[in-house]
Amino acid sequence: MQDILFYIFAYLALQFGFLVVANPFSRNPVTSAMFLVLTIASLAGLFVLLHAFFLAAVQVLVYAGAVMVLFLFVIMLLDLRAEERERLRTFEVVAGLISAGAILFIFLATLVHSPPGIQQSPTAEGGTIALGRLLFSHYLLPFEIVSVLLLVAMVGVVLLSKKNLK
Amino acid sequence: MNVGLGHYLVVSALLFALGLFGVIARRNLLVIYMSLELMLNAANLALVAFSRFTNNLDGQILVFFVITVAAAEVSVGLALIVALYRKRRSAHVEDLTAMKL
Repeated sequence: MQDILFYIFAYLALQFGFLVVANPFSRNPVTSAMFLVLTIASLAGLFVLLHAFFLAAVQVLVYAGAVMVLFLFVIMLLDLRAEERERLRTFEVVAGLISAGAILFIFLATLVHSPPGIQQSPTAEGGTIALGRLLFSHYLLPFEIVSVLLLVAMVGVVLLSKKNLK
Repeated sequence: MNVGLGHYLVVSALLFALGLFGVIARRNLLVIYMSLELMLNAANLALVAFSRFTNNLDGQILVFFVITVAAAEVSVGLALIVALYRKRRSAHVEDLTAMKL
């Protein structure tokens, strides 16, 4: 059952991811954003299959909720009519295929040459309690530093969005 | 055949390659940003798979931090795109030639 679900979610994630970058029917950024939401939801499904329940919830809340709404807001702010006529150019498609194929070859060759060993049955459970305990004991300092990072990002965004930037 | 670590890593590698293809082939800044998000998500999937199959929760903590940093990065990047659009009336990489010789 879990194996079938893995194949379903993996296929959906890859299919929607392909539609984000190279949708044959539409070049509209809104379409890409919608398919990115679906990709993220499929990845959340994969996280659940990996027993990372907290991260699956965070993925849906933060990515599909907050980040994508930000994307859609910006797409609507910028009036992007001309994009719908944009066509992929051969040179750029070839360059993209070569580099993507090269990095895919590196990944898969690494995987083939040093395959993951025989696993004992996995027992790691990414529940909220376990993650929270780790986050507030061993990873307390990085956690606090991330809060400073978010503050810096917020100040930067407010400054960048000012009307007459000096 | 049982789904193991290798299967998840293959899916993650494919997603990463898709994102890289998008970054290079597309010319709309917003779509390039979405492809970057795709690559970050592929890395997250690999980290969660490693964490699950090595019985070690540290990988999931790293994913937590990656999600936070990605949110900060997206907010700053989109603010930059909006500021750029105000100046140039365009969100196209081809129109950003200020540093061209």
